[in-house]
Amino acid sequence: MKEFKYVITDEVGIHARPAGLLVKAVKATGSTVMICKGEKSAKATSLTKLMGLGVVKGDEVTVQVEGPDEEAAAATLEEFFKANF
Amino acid sequence: MITGKGTKIVNGVAIGKIHIYKLPVYEINEGEASDPEAELERFESARLKVQAQQHALYEKALVEAGEESAGIFEAHELMLDDDDIIDACKEIMEDDQHTAEYAVREGFDSVAQMFREMDDPYFQARSADIIDLKNAMLDVLLGFDTDSLQGTEPSILIAEDLAPSETVRLDKSLILGIVTREGSSNSHTAILARSMNIPTVIQCKDISDDWDGKDAILDGYNGLIYINPTPERRAALTAVHEEDLRKEALLKEMKGLASETKDGRKVKLYANIGGPEDISAVKDNDAEGVGLFRSEFVYLNSAEDPSEEAQFEAYKKVLEALSPRLIIIRTCDIGADKTIDYMQLDKEENPALGYRAIRICLTRKDFFKRQLRALLRASAYGNLGVMFPMITSLSEVRNCKAIFEECKEELRIAGTKIGHVELGIMIETPAAALCADELAEEVDFFSIGTNDLTQYTCAIDRQNAKLEPFSDTHHPAVLKLIQMTIDAGHRHNVWVGICGELGADPTLTETFLRMGIDELSVNAKSILPLRKAIREMDLSK
Repeated sequence: MKEFKYVITDEVGIHARPAGLLVKAVKATGSTVMICKGEKSAKATSLTKLMGLGVVKGDEVTVQVEGPDEEAAAATLEEFFKANF
Repeated sequence: MITGKGTKIVNGVAIGKIHIYKLPVYEINEGEASDPEAELERFESARLKVQAQQHALYEKALVEAGEESAGIFEAHELMLDDDDIIDACKEIMEDDQHTAEYAVREGFDSVAQMFREMDDPYFQARSADIIDLKNAMLDVLLGFDTDSLQGTEPSILIAEDLAPSETVRLDKSLILGIVTREGSSNSHTAILARSMNIPTVIQCKDISDDWDGKDAILDGYNGLIYINPTPERRAALTAVHEEDLRKEALLKEMKGLASETKDGRKVKLYANIGGPEDISAVKDNDAEGVGLFRSEFVYLNSAEDPSEEAQFEAYKKVLEALSPRLIIIRTCDIGADKTIDYMQLDKEENPALGYRAIRICLTRKDFFKRQLRALLRASAYGNLGVMFPMITSLSEVRNCKAIFEECKEELRIAGTKIGHVELGIMIETPAAALCADELAEEVDFFSIGTNDLTQYTCAIDRQNAKLEPFSDTHHPAVLKLIQMTIDAGHRHNVWVGICGELGADPTLTETFLRMGIDELSVNAKSILPLRKAIREMDLSK
């Protein structure tokens, strides 16, 4: 498993539209991805669960990537976080 | 006349009849479904249909409200792809043998509930998106035609609440204004109403079903709605409405266009402002910059000498909000007709010729430095110009600049970030106009203050109404001084503007352009009418 941490800088956090794009990006990697905030975690393929984490500006999230190509997938997702959150 | 009160969301006035917009009451079969397979198919086909509808709304909102607002519907499309929502509904149909509409109601409601219970207001407001999608699904499943709910005549729409999709789907040519009982300023509906510029009031608890069809006026500026308004009220708000329409037409015509004559002579049209509350007026009237920001407001609005920090915040706010426009802030111009208790200024026999403006600043150096430091710190956040008022001599300009440099050096040593600052002076005394060649060596720009320049040149107190018969606002002596100032400025590569009332006098605009003026700074309302006049001019004739 590969994981990275990221602190949200976007004003409204993981909100609807970018969360939807994240789901698409995650599905495209073919890996299993979990997003964790504190004690809570959500499968990144579920838009509602993702938004249910209530991630807002300043929160630190941990992204866990598991799959055959997890190195590359984690790198792709890290870029995605930087660009969108 | 009945008056309803709510929270204003979008400014403007709407005059017309009330139309009450009511959602259908969905009658949902709570019992068992006879054919679960068929229900699953109904669900799936409704889901795809609603998704296509949301995509169409996205396209519509893109045109009507812009990309940021349209993103809501892109998110809706994605939500309808969400496995959690789909699986929750499917489970209700497969395991509990319920109808598709029952499954939709239960499934979507539980997701909406989850959002409602979250801490953050942004996420709470998302429950409205889920409810919106639920209703769209139910409309399709139950065969409701929501478009027919809107009526056929342009009217003021009254509703309990409006979902984002309703706000976009509604035919705008039939909506004069919107009033809702519920809603939050954070909701997508509020955001959409703002970007579509429909006068809107929310949280109006006074609305009542018997208003339907009645004459009304919505006053979006004050968050009020009048039912059966009195003739006086009607006349007053009609005047406001007509002024809005005239402005809007002019804005549509002139916004984004260059302030340029037919033969290609360009002039900068800037706004005069009094404080951060005028930021929206600058934007709304498409000012190209701010030619005079009267910094007095920070002194006049304060019970004691304002701190460097308070001033910094006020300047920064304006610079940031209006970036990359040039913002020219005039240093403190207290004295004469503007006095303040905490300054403890003595009463004078002849205040207009007395201890005021730069004369105070140069003798109360700490006071002056506080403002200059605040200005320099704010300069990192936009495009700043600083100008000194009431200049009569070269030594005054040099002294101001020396103190300015001193502040700059102090900040540099402290490692504070500062930006580039253009320096200028007001030309509002005959002495300054006559010495403009020497003064021009010291600065980047001149700004002619025609009010004081006229009073000092003609020796006429502008506050004394008795002198009206002797006053000539177009006095040739003043115009000569203006011409001298422009010529001197241009000889030294210094640009020259006018920030006094004459700048907005349309009978002089062509004269000023022919004189070579580079900038006119006027009250925000005069900008677009002036731009229109300038675009119709031809100086080659």
